[in-house]
Amino acid sequence: MRSFRLPRSSRLTLTALATAGLLTASVAQAQAQTGAKPTLILYSAQHAQVVTMLTKAFEAKTGIAVKVHSGEGPEIANQILREGKSSPADMVFVENSPELTLLDQNHFLAPVNKATLTVVPRADSAADGDWVGVLERQNVLAWNPKLIAESALPRHLADLADPAWKGKIAIAPGDADFLPLVGAMIHAEGKAKTLAWLDGLKKNAKIYQDDEAVVAAVNRGSVATGIINNYYWARLRTEMGPDRTPSRIAHFAPGDVGNLINVSGAGVLETSHHQKEAQQFLAFLVSTDAQTMLAKSSVDYEYPLHPGVAPNPLLAPRDTLHPPAITPAELGNDREAAKLVQQAGLI
Amino acid sequence: MSSFRVLSSLPRPSLPRPSHGLVLIGAVPAALVLLPIGITLADAAEAGARQVIALLWRPLVGTLLFNTASLTVAAAFCCMALGTAAAVLIERTDLPGRSAWAVLAVAPLAVPAFVASYAWVSISPEFEGFGGALIVTVFAYTPLVYLPVAAALRGLDPALEDSARALGDTPWRCFYRVILPQLRPAILGGALLVALNILIEFGAFAMMRFRTFTTEIYAAYRSGFNGAEAAALAIVLLIFCLACLAAETALRRNVHYARIGKGTRRRATPWRLGRWRLVAVPGFALFALVSLGVPVFTVLFWLTQHGAAAITPDEASPRALLDATLSTIELGLGAALLTLVLALPLAILSTRWPRFALTLPLERGAWLAQGVPGIVIALALITATIGTIPALYQSTFLLLIAYAILFMPYALVGIRSALLQADRRLEEAARSLGSNWLAVLWRVTVPLAAPGFGAAASLVFIAVSTELTATLLLAPIGTETLAIRIWGDTSTLAFAAAAPYAAVLIALSMAASWLLARRFGVSALHTDPGG
Repeated sequence: MRSFRLPRSSRLTLTALATAGLLTASVAQAQAQTGAKPTLILYSAQHAQVVTMLTKAFEAKTGIAVKVHSGEGPEIANQILREGKSSPADMVFVENSPELTLLDQNHFLAPVNKATLTVVPRADSAADGDWVGVLERQNVLAWNPKLIAESALPRHLADLADPAWKGKIAIAPGDADFLPLVGAMIHAEGKAKTLAWLDGLKKNAKIYQDDEAVVAAVNRGSVATGIINNYYWARLRTEMGPDRTPSRIAHFAPGDVGNLINVSGAGVLETSHHQKEAQQFLAFLVSTDAQTMLAKSSVDYEYPLHPGVAPNPLLAPRDTLHPPAITPAELGNDREAAKLVQQAGLI
Repeated sequence: MSSFRVLSSLPRPSLPRPSHGLVLIGAVPAALVLLPIGITLADAAEAGARQVIALLWRPLVGTLLFNTASLTVAAAFCCMALGTAAAVLIERTDLPGRSAWAVLAVAPLAVPAFVASYAWVSISPEFEGFGGALIVTVFAYTPLVYLPVAAALRGLDPALEDSARALGDTPWRCFYRVILPQLRPAILGGALLVALNILIEFGAFAMMRFRTFTTEIYAAYRSGFNGAEAAALAIVLLIFCLACLAAETALRRNVHYARIGKGTRRRATPWRLGRWRLVAVPGFALFALVSLGVPVFTVLFWLTQHGAAAITPDEASPRALLDATLSTIELGLGAALLTLVLALPLAILSTRWPRFALTLPLERGAWLAQGVPGIVIALALITATIGTIPALYQSTFLLLIAYAILFMPYALVGIRSALLQADRRLEEAARSLGSNWLAVLWRVTVPLAAPGFGAAASLVFIAVSTELTATLLLAPIGTETLAIRIWGDTSTLAFAAAAPYAAVLIALSMAASWLLARRFGVSALHTDPGG
């Protein structure tokens, strides 16, 4: 009698399935063995490379593993709002304060430990102490000396709505970093003027998808200037090298809205079942070790908020930045800004 | 008469109608495909007609329509020209190295469009925008025209051409008047598939920073806007996709160029290319170089670039690479299994009860999956589970469901042909010779159907391992696949960091496609919608 033999392909498939199953089981077992400490879940809108560096160092130091869910800031904030009480997140870490403000206003954040809050300047964290500032960076104007003279650069962010700037400015209105700038404009000038400014900007600007694209376009000479956060230029320069980076960055007049500083911060979710460990993670973020590691890396290019840690030498010294006087609370939660940007037809 | 009675009173081997249970589980694929469409419509309905119209009556939507339409027209035209030329040269001329070119002409199908996009963008940001998007889509989708046209050419009867030539047509005139009209359904069908693929593609355009409906739906989701904006755009996109699908199906159904008369068909005499070889051979070489060479060599180049060029500390450690590869393979195998299991009852229904009233609608429903973009499915599944079904939300199972919806047609094609191979008369013969049902299953049905199941599983596996959109949105926290790694690194311009993942993904996809093509023929790589 003929024995029942599966065709060769089926045998291969079955073997592959069995192997994959065994591997999964062994990985799961390895995880279970280290299971004495909880695994934290971090919702992150920070750059993946920065977060990977931080979570690895945190795990090495404390033995607590951190799983990361990445996304754009508004996406993550909105996701937590929609997940509600069943959100799996323990901590949230974003690039801009408005998303934290939004979560805070909806009572999603637990108070941050006092000891953590006192490490960084008081003004860079939530007024009610529900999230802590970790890093900061500045809005700047990238410009290409081949296309525009330094003397012709704008003094004020508002100038860019002037018809003289038609075709000379690049923006990324869909990037999460653009909204805080609009929020600052609303705070400084009011809604009507901000909308008029956005209308003018729409007529003048070349639209790109994100800040990476804006700075790349300025660098290759597709457009004379572009509004970005300073670290996109630093990252581009690291990637391309100084010889292939003709573009430079400029600041607006001291105190101008265009010099807005964005605070990247973190908070612990009120619904987290691992409050103690999550607070430990926040404390780690502002620790000298973590902040020094980031400042020395060729990845982050943000200003550490720990006063004892010097920023990366590629950055303009912190005391030369002259930002406008706007607190995170005054900057708001991006909702108004997003509405205006949509109303102006930019997104 | 009496013997007829005796026969008809014997227990019949099959019921005239399928059992309710079978119909019920056979309806699952169609239900799964209709689910995301229903959720999207509900999302839009919740916002109300006025808000949806306000959201659609914006300059942005005009830009998207213009971008999508211009790219679709340009790419479809290029693909039609290139695909038809390639098919004619390979099938009908004495082009040197035809069998090698035939493989190279379909090989781009094994390179995911977003990986090709990564390659071009990493060469120079100049490729961002319309130009790069056109290059990537043309070279990725030309096989979609080439394959049906080549198949049509093989099916043509050269007798018609002989008559035309005998009646005095020059070779060119004969091609134009006799051959081309017969190829038209295949060419147009291919072009519609190109259009459909452009409409549902996300990763390639996002990396090119070329704005289409899919990238804007994603942007709306990421900007934290309420579901209304994403749903409004998704509805417009769905209308276009389903129109393409319907047009393609109608084209296939209505046009037949039947051969009249029986007898063996003569094999067409290959045309001598003569000096045209000097154009045709370099032309093919250039096509292969651009479609395959650019992605492969760019990835190889970035593999040699270390740390300094990569602005990532999370360099592709062997461990991370292994993890991502295993995750990709596991998801691929899991999805293949789930999709096959879900498709099997419907395939049984359609092969054994083709004339049952519900069979066709249920099959059509499942086929609609080809016209539902991954981003729409993923967002709908999130909406369905977020905050309400925590057990499913962010689970691997939900991601596998998304894959099953997306690639159900692939499984159906394979299983249907497998079941047709396993003719039920053979089973009945085995039963009548005394085998019990288990023995019949193992000795008759499984051996006959296994290759088809294998093909179906491989197709789903390849599609899943190269899928980006649903994976990106639905992957459980901590799951990193090859596609997710490439996406993450490319979005931060860390091209060297993405290279190892891209290399493994291309190798995986090519190896699986090669095995599949070697076993089942090159056309197995191409799934016809409409069955």
